[in-house]
Amino acid sequence: MSGTYNVVGKRVRKVDGVKLVTGRATFTDDIHIPGLLYGKILPSPHAHAVIKRIDAGKARALAGVVAVLTWKDVPRVPHTTAGQSWPEPSPYDTYLLDRKVRFVGDRVAAVAAESRALAEEALRLIEVEYQVLPAIVDMEQADAPGAPAIHDEPDSTGIHDAARNIAGFICKDLGNVDQGFAAADLILEGEYRTQRQQHCSLEPHVTIAWLDEDNRLVIRSSTQVPFHARRQVAMILQLPVQRVHVIKPRIGGGFGGKQEMLLEDICGALALAARRPVKMELSRREEFFMSRSRHPHRLRVKIGVKRDGTVVANHMAVLATTGAYGSHCNTVQGNTGQKVLPLYRSPNIRFECKVVYTNMPVAGAFRGYGCPQGFFAMESLADEVAERLGLDPVEFHTRNVIRKGDIDELSAVLGEGKKGLPRHIRSCGLPECIERGAAAIGWNEKRKQHEVPGKPHLRRGAGMACSMQGSAIAGVDWASALLRMNEDGSFHLQVGATDLGTGSDTVLAQIAAETLGVTLDKITVTSSDTDVTPFDVGAYASSTTIISGGAVKKTAEKVRAQILETASRMLETPIEQLSCRDNRVTAAEGKSVTMAQVAMHAMYKDKRHIIENASHFNTDSPPPFCAQFAEVEVDTATGKVRVVELVTAVDCGAAINPQLAEGQAEGAAAQGLGLALSEEMLFDAAGRMRNPSFTDYKMFGPQDMPKLTTILVPTEEPLGPYGAKSIGEVPINGVAPAVANAIYNAVGVRIRELPIRPERVLCALREKDAGLATV
Amino acid sequence: MDALEIRLKVNGEPRSWRVAPGDVLLDVLRRENYFGVKRGCETGECGACTVLLDGKAVNSCVVFAAQAHGCDIVTIEGLARGDRLHPIQEAFLDAGAVQCGFCTPGMVLNTKAFLEQCPQPTEAEARQALAGNYCRCTGYKKPVEAVMAAAANFGLGISDCGLQSRKKSEIRNPKSEIKRGRR
Repeated sequence: MSGTYNVVGKRVRKVDGVKLVTGRATFTDDIHIPGLLYGKILPSPHAHAVIKRIDAGKARALAGVVAVLTWKDVPRVPHTTAGQSWPEPSPYDTYLLDRKVRFVGDRVAAVAAESRALAEEALRLIEVEYQVLPAIVDMEQADAPGAPAIHDEPDSTGIHDAARNIAGFICKDLGNVDQGFAAADLILEGEYRTQRQQHCSLEPHVTIAWLDEDNRLVIRSSTQVPFHARRQVAMILQLPVQRVHVIKPRIGGGFGGKQEMLLEDICGALALAARRPVKMELSRREEFFMSRSRHPHRLRVKIGVKRDGTVVANHMAVLATTGAYGSHCNTVQGNTGQKVLPLYRSPNIRFECKVVYTNMPVAGAFRGYGCPQGFFAMESLADEVAERLGLDPVEFHTRNVIRKGDIDELSAVLGEGKKGLPRHIRSCGLPECIERGAAAIGWNEKRKQHEVPGKPHLRRGAGMACSMQGSAIAGVDWASALLRMNEDGSFHLQVGATDLGTGSDTVLAQIAAETLGVTLDKITVTSSDTDVTPFDVGAYASSTTIISGGAVKKTAEKVRAQILETASRMLETPIEQLSCRDNRVTAAEGKSVTMAQVAMHAMYKDKRHIIENASHFNTDSPPPFCAQFAEVEVDTATGKVRVVELVTAVDCGAAINPQLAEGQAEGAAAQGLGLALSEEMLFDAAGRMRNPSFTDYKMFGPQDMPKLTTILVPTEEPLGPYGAKSIGEVPINGVAPAVANAIYNAVGVRIRELPIRPERVLCALREKDAGLATV
Repeated sequence: MDALEIRLKVNGEPRSWRVAPGDVLLDVLRRENYFGVKRGCETGECGACTVLLDGKAVNSCVVFAAQAHGCDIVTIEGLARGDRLHPIQEAFLDAGAVQCGFCTPGMVLNTKAFLEQCPQPTEAEARQALAGNYCRCTGYKKPVEAVMAAAANFGLGISDCGLQSRKKSEIRNPKSEIKRGRR
């Protein structure tokens, strides 16, 4: 592809790279605002309690305290904090401040004071009398008879069964599952568990709110969803949308954790109450349990196959907890079925899930959005199925995986928060991903070489897993772009698309430059500001390249048409004989005008600004595909697993910027390795987090990483700009199952619970040895 | 609390600031508009607030501002010369080692301190050198490549970074101790 295009497909530097690498980049908190107050939230010390009495008198009386808010002081508007398109599929079960608290860390009150120390002092002066209620910390107890109802308030809506703490429920069939299993020659089942993982964006959630000179509420925030946040804040604070202005500066990572209206509402409420600017920033400790996390899942999976390895039936039953509030519940779990089960061309599929409330921190969107959990279960069990059939996993996958030309009907059955649409697979490089990934890791040799010379306690092995995702939510996600030409032949691209470190400003500028026939340096990007940039749903669901990119391409094509029309008059040549390239419009016979000449002509002769806008959405969500291969070394004396190498072969369509695409795959690998082996939020019996720090919550550091190999397998997706699909999420999905399957290949134990800590491996090894001893 | 006056050099410029005894260097630098110094954890664990203190990489969130009295501080703002980027910065951009960029200032400064001590590192040494800098975006592959590429260019400009007159610091280096503790 890179031979065909000038800007698209090139490893160009990020357009915001220089300011980031020189420290000039302005993140949310990189600003001095005169009169800025410091806002803090009083977190609940109890997992479940009613506030019987709250008295903020002493806090209000403290010199330097400007505003204190309790549930008595704010409007009661049921809402969801999930940054989703309206109408949000998540239940409206959350309140700005409530008289009930539902997890340790829930909002009790908020203060704004002249300094952080004074704000913290004011929190200590708020007198609260709690009626402590029995708490549910175990999701398997949430709907037991006699369990306390976590959402017993009458005004919440969209909850499946509040009395039984069931936030969401799905049960859908494709084909005839019972007949499918009846026809199977082999049926295997397994139960799998996944943990709470935290996003750990290096930049914590931070928001600054103030009233501007027109008395409008300005919210500068580290968000993936500026337009959803504007709509939600307006509703919660009972302001017209017109009076809310959300600014997204540079963002220090999100991974789904910022697809959430998390601080914007309470910070805005404090700014309105104080009539002063207020900053709120979560500390790292607070970030762990007061923001969002990955939903823990228990998955029961059943696969039925014919003797030749053909999959004839699949059944997945999920129990998950959304924690105290239902942000992204149902849609995450729906995704666990919708994006995982179609991997195999099974005609008979049943997916059921129950999402329960517990008195635990709130789960939410997190890279993969339910798929890492689902693929861990499916791909672990598929490995067992292959073994029982005597098939190499590579062969089993190659025979069964979804192909170009297939129609995934499960997507129509499940949808995402509403009735869905079937997925037509117009591009699929998965078989090639499997082939090239296997070759890269040396599959056939690594599967058989288990010994490490001179170290009898170490065993090596290799495992693999495949996965898919989507590229935006079909029929829901949409974006708009605005592009205008300047006098010097440069262009200003304004997009609501939200670059949070993903490189979308760069990718979108590349698409604009390619379409206009100009060099990348001619494009200036502004993203995103609800006063300045057109609407975009935001950065989530692997949507930005395909949807925002689609909007940019359409817009640039409209601008190019205006340029050609102007140049046609200037050159007295028919439009059909003109082309835009190298910052010029050139006629077939060689005469040309520069883009600057076109701009000057349009502006000062025609009295017309070359400026265009277009919106874009798709009714289909083309899946990116991924095959991942891990080589591990297991210490049989300690149970410790070291990943030696991880190969990720990914079909993201045509990569607009291969270097940025590789970066996404490599970052996903690191987060996936943490999910597989080390990251877990731990709690005591009272629901208090035990490890809210980077010392006690173990992410992979540079010294922990295996050799990473990334292979971009190009395909051309007809629905994507310049053939692109997406890459942000899919490479996290297969890491944990590839590692688990490699452990089995190395030492013969199946670990069905994440993270795969040394003690889990060691216990399994001992059980295996004991089992052998008793046979 | 009584304010102290500290005198120090930041990016080669003499500065005189009034600070409280409990003020940490991170907060004071950000107060004084050095926003390239990032707040990621405030507990010396993530490395986003790394600055060079008399040539050593330290986590400025666990250094009292008063401890910087009489010292040379280099922040990320001090590396480029006008529009001319430092070779390490060029290497990070070329390698694609910058994603969200929040950890980048700390990584670049840590790399600078490291390469001045160890100009021809192995890849394993480069990985170990970055062990104090968490990054949640890159998977570390491209940052390590950037360190190795910058090392290959060592001597092509790395010596004109304003730190020739390094003096023996009496201040303990909290970052190196934290890193030792973690290993």
